[in-house]
Amino acid sequence: MASGVKPRVKVPKKAAAGEAITIKTLISHKMESGQRKDKEGNLIPRSIINRFTCEFNGQSVVDVKMESAISTNPYFQFEATVPEAGDFVFTWYDDDGSVYDTKKSVAIG
Amino acid sequence: MDFSRRDTLGLALGAAALTVLPFRVSASSDAAIEEFTGGAAVGEGGITLTAPEIAENGNTVPIEVSAPGAVSIMVLAAGNPTPGVATFNFGPLAASQAAATRIRLAGTQDVMALAKMADGSFVKASSTVKVTIGGCGG
Amino acid sequence: MTKPMGTKTLTAIAVAACAFAAPAMADESASLVVNGEIDMVTRTAAPAHISDVMDEINSGWLYRSDETQALQTDDFDNPGMIFVDQALETWDQVDGSEGKSCASCHDDVEGSMAGVRAVYPKWNETAGEVRTLAHQINDCRENQMGAEKWKYTGGKMTAMEALISVQSRGMPVNVAIDGPAQATWEKGKEMYYTRTGQLELSCANCHEDNYGNMIRADHLSQGQINGFPVYRLKNTKLNNAHARFKGCVRDTRAETYKPGGSDFVALELYVASRGNGLSVEAPSVRN
Repeated sequence: MASGVKPRVKVPKKAAAGEAITIKTLISHKMESGQRKDKEGNLIPRSIINRFTCEFNGQSVVDVKMESAISTNPYFQFEATVPEAGDFVFTWYDDDGSVYDTKKSVAIG
Repeated sequence: MDFSRRDTLGLALGAAALTVLPFRVSASSDAAIEEFTGGAAVGEGGITLTAPEIAENGNTVPIEVSAPGAVSIMVLAAGNPTPGVATFNFGPLAASQAAATRIRLAGTQDVMALAKMADGSFVKASSTVKVTIGGCGG
Repeated sequence: MTKPMGTKTLTAIAVAACAFAAPAMADESASLVVNGEIDMVTRTAAPAHISDVMDEINSGWLYRSDETQALQTDDFDNPGMIFVDQALETWDQVDGSEGKSCASCHDDVEGSMAGVRAVYPKWNETAGEVRTLAHQINDCRENQMGAEKWKYTGGKMTAMEALISVQSRGMPVNVAIDGPAQATWEKGKEMYYTRTGQLELSCANCHEDNYGNMIRADHLSQGQINGFPVYRLKNTKLNNAHARFKGCVRDTRAETYKPGGSDFVALELYVASRGNGLSVEAPSVRN
């Protein structure tokens, strides 16, 4: 697992049923592009987060295929519909097989 | 990731070598488009790509794509050593077919967004981003 | 401070010579409000000790592009806050032979560290020297916790500096330049105006004589450090003042001073004092 990987997500705690809410996500990751060379001139192998997903109560909001042109500390902003109370699950998939996830609950009110 | 000035220059040179001309779409981005569209015709309109005219640093360029009614949106940076940036696949709970992210650009180039619409048609939009290199490396 | 006649003109020519088409992108009239609640002072009257050379002091935020400026207006959009989060965990982690964490002595960082960043670098009576915030952090680690010192410009250090600085956000920088700190401050002032390197540039040549002008593709700021540690888009991490000074001195093609060493401590005190009155912004976002 890449060291120091930490997800941050911003989701409102409450929403009206059927409301569209804005979600922001940020995760600390080097996103080593595979294009750089080390001091000895050897290519540093690619090591990135290659996929990000957001689901609400098991239904997909967005599923992103990420490539090496995504900046260090990947950031996403998008909108989700909240049909009922429940949980958003955010998942990041690392090239090295690690999976980072975090959950945010939303109440209706 | 830490990019020294030399690394960044290397990226820029690599990009230039791949594309020959800064605005020519590289063969690998043609391949990526072909894979995404299956060779279907690509129209204009119905998709918006928002990017800065001038990026203060190519390492972190904020972009936003929006294509109401799209199933997915692919973003390409043809002037990069590898053109792929991201593909957004929107699920049933996406409140809009729009997303914002931050991307790397190896040099001044056209960034392209292609959307696959619900009816199977394709549309695209592009935006030129000037990337400044130089100044105080610090 | 009187300077030899012609210095400003000569430097202006030197800077212009390596400048090219200026991206007209900075909105120098913008105002910075963070999270819709912290009103930052990004322009104010120059402190008395530099009022003979400039009327107004400006935060480096004013010289950045709209997109870069926007990154600092919301803590969620600010990538520097990732490291603040990490340091918040470190704050509670026991480290070293004494079985202590930062919290063991200082409790909640919100309460104990409010206002601290604004007055550093600061005279330390016991040590008999001016100390930076980073020095103080390492002093705690070494002498209170029995833990290993952090690398002065390393990630653990810049993150902890940022966490402590966040507790003073919006407060005016107010470093003391008189009393026992005065000799150090005078030394820093002398460094600020001394030309170094093959390019023979002093800090003042760029950041006093030419702020607002372009140096190649960069929009020169006043070199204020009220926003440090700063998240730079260039290297996508937090950078403290000494790391930035090192880069600047290197760019004059001089041998640089050592981060954490007494030369840069003096320079930090002096440069910080030129920003007395600007808000603590850390972690700021710059290019």
